[in-house]
Amino acid sequence: MANYISKIFGDSPVAPMQHHMEVCFKAAQALLPFIEKTMEQEWEEVDKWRGQIVELEQEADELKKQIRGQLPKSMFMPVPREDLLNLLWAQDQIANTVRDISGLVVGRKMIIPEKLCASFMEFVQRNCAAAKKARKSVRELDELYNTGFRGAEADFVERLVGELDVIENETDEMQAKVREELFKLENDLPPVDVIFLYQIIELIGKIGDMAERIGRRLELLLSH
Amino acid sequence: MDHALIYITLAAFFGLFMAWGIGANDVANAMATSIGSRAITVKQAVIIAAIFEFSGAVLAGGEVTKTIRKGIIDTDALSNPEILVMGMLAALLAAGVWLLIASWRGWPVSTTHSIVGAIIGFAMVGIGLNSVQWGKVGAIVASWVASPLIAGILSFLLFNSVQWLILSRPDPLVRAKRYVPFYIFLAVFMIALVTMLKGLKHVAAGSDLSLIETYLIAMGCGLIVAVIGKFFIQRIQPNRKAEKKFHYFTVERVFAVLMVVTACGMAFAHGSNDVANAIGPVAAVISIAQEGEVTQSAPVSIWILLLGGMGIVVGLATFGRHVIATVGKKITHLTPSRGFAAELAAATTIVIASGTGIPVSTTHTLVGAVLGVGMARGISAIDLSVVGRIFMSWLITIPAGAILSILFFYLLEFIFI
Repeated sequence: MANYISKIFGDSPVAPMQHHMEVCFKAAQALLPFIEKTMEQEWEEVDKWRGQIVELEQEADELKKQIRGQLPKSMFMPVPREDLLNLLWAQDQIANTVRDISGLVVGRKMIIPEKLCASFMEFVQRNCAAAKKARKSVRELDELYNTGFRGAEADFVERLVGELDVIENETDEMQAKVREELFKLENDLPPVDVIFLYQIIELIGKIGDMAERIGRRLELLLSH
Repeated sequence: MDHALIYITLAAFFGLFMAWGIGANDVANAMATSIGSRAITVKQAVIIAAIFEFSGAVLAGGEVTKTIRKGIIDTDALSNPEILVMGMLAALLAAGVWLLIASWRGWPVSTTHSIVGAIIGFAMVGIGLNSVQWGKVGAIVASWVASPLIAGILSFLLFNSVQWLILSRPDPLVRAKRYVPFYIFLAVFMIALVTMLKGLKHVAAGSDLSLIETYLIAMGCGLIVAVIGKFFIQRIQPNRKAEKKFHYFTVERVFAVLMVVTACGMAFAHGSNDVANAIGPVAAVISIAQEGEVTQSAPVSIWILLLGGMGIVVGLATFGRHVIATVGKKITHLTPSRGFAAELAAATTIVIASGTGIPVSTTHTLVGAVLGVGMARGISAIDLSVVGRIFMSWLITIPAGAILSILFFYLLEFIFI
């Protein structure tokens, strides 16, 4: 005996999307102790956190595949499928970026100059804060679906995205500041290390960029 | 007539079987959105379905039964009334067998389309092409396109009104508590009105309420249920913990009260329209067998409607409740604010069709209503390939029902005449 009405309801992507964001945020969150231990050069601890990050990134990857799988082209959704997949991509990039950072640091047993530590850590924290705000925005996704992407709830998400933009701007300013400090130190450091330090700073800044992009994608969902 | 008793027994048996099938399989479709939105439990759904399918069948099933019984074929040219008996028995058998095959193969097939196809089939061969009232058949087929469309437009408007009045506001809970009783009123008023205007004459012949009285009674029914609903709505306390995870948790619980009402309406509508698929042919056979001729005037007797209603309830009790339970597991994310809009739109469309005597497909109408909510950005994912398959299936069902009924017609003719 088959029932047809129940078959026309596809699996909602909302809860899996939110779950995916939680996992990506956890990966970003793990970056804080990871960098801290790197600064203290406790390589065993660093390895442990690296393992955690890789695990989270893999989990996010699995979720991403699963969500893509349940959104075939025949699905009729309140938002364009492409926009949703783009949001998913931006979320996933956070976990990917964190994995790249951790890989580079562990691979080169990177040493962060002591004079750089304070502003460097602040920079990492601010980027994680951006990821946190992005998570908060994505947590509103189920409410957005329930209201049909309009009204008071849409305004609320709009505000969250505005706050996210402010944080992202701050990360950009901090990135400039950290680079400036590194520039002052770079003559006393091995040149190859300096190159990779710049690269790490770039990658950390990418977390904030991706968080901002999540905000943009959410705004796109609202504008349809 | 020689075999009058055999005919009546066979017809009652086939009709009961068909009604049983509707209760076992179709009712789950009618109740799907209610269960899917978790507004009612499976057990509650079964109880609601039993009561309201039965009352829908008995109170408002008369007009469609009349159409199935004598609206599709013109029997004036018929010399031997036994032909019609054979034909109706063949149609019942054909529709029943086709539905069994379809259920077994997992095809989305409508009971209504099966029986209409089957009746057209035997009439074309057994009586003649001209005996089919093509105008009426055309109207029925047109209604199969129109009913999902109308239900879709209604649900689109309903859900938009919910968004505008309640969901898009900063204080949705206050507004839900204020406006939901009006929706309850609307649901009960519509169904009561159409039932009294069109359906009741088969039950209480001679009841002569004036139009104004009818409207007043329908409004009274709506008011009473709305007040009861309001009582339950007022008792709902905000669940802060659940709201933290999902801000609209309590708002949706208010809609859940409304959904209990629309679930009843949906079961009622389904009973009123689909019981005819089972008992329309039975009514035809019995009236011919009893009177020995093709009478067009005798009303549908109430006990046949009761028989159909009972068949549905038995089907529900034996198989239907399991199907309903699996439906609940499959639909995971339909909230009551959407489910109610789809159900109210579908139920209204179907009840109006029932009142006018048009057999429509409950499933198709409900699918149309669900799409309407989807158009209003209400549903997170609708699988259009399944929707397409459901709507396409009726293109196959009509010829399939027709061919099967022709085969059974010749078989029965060979046995009895």
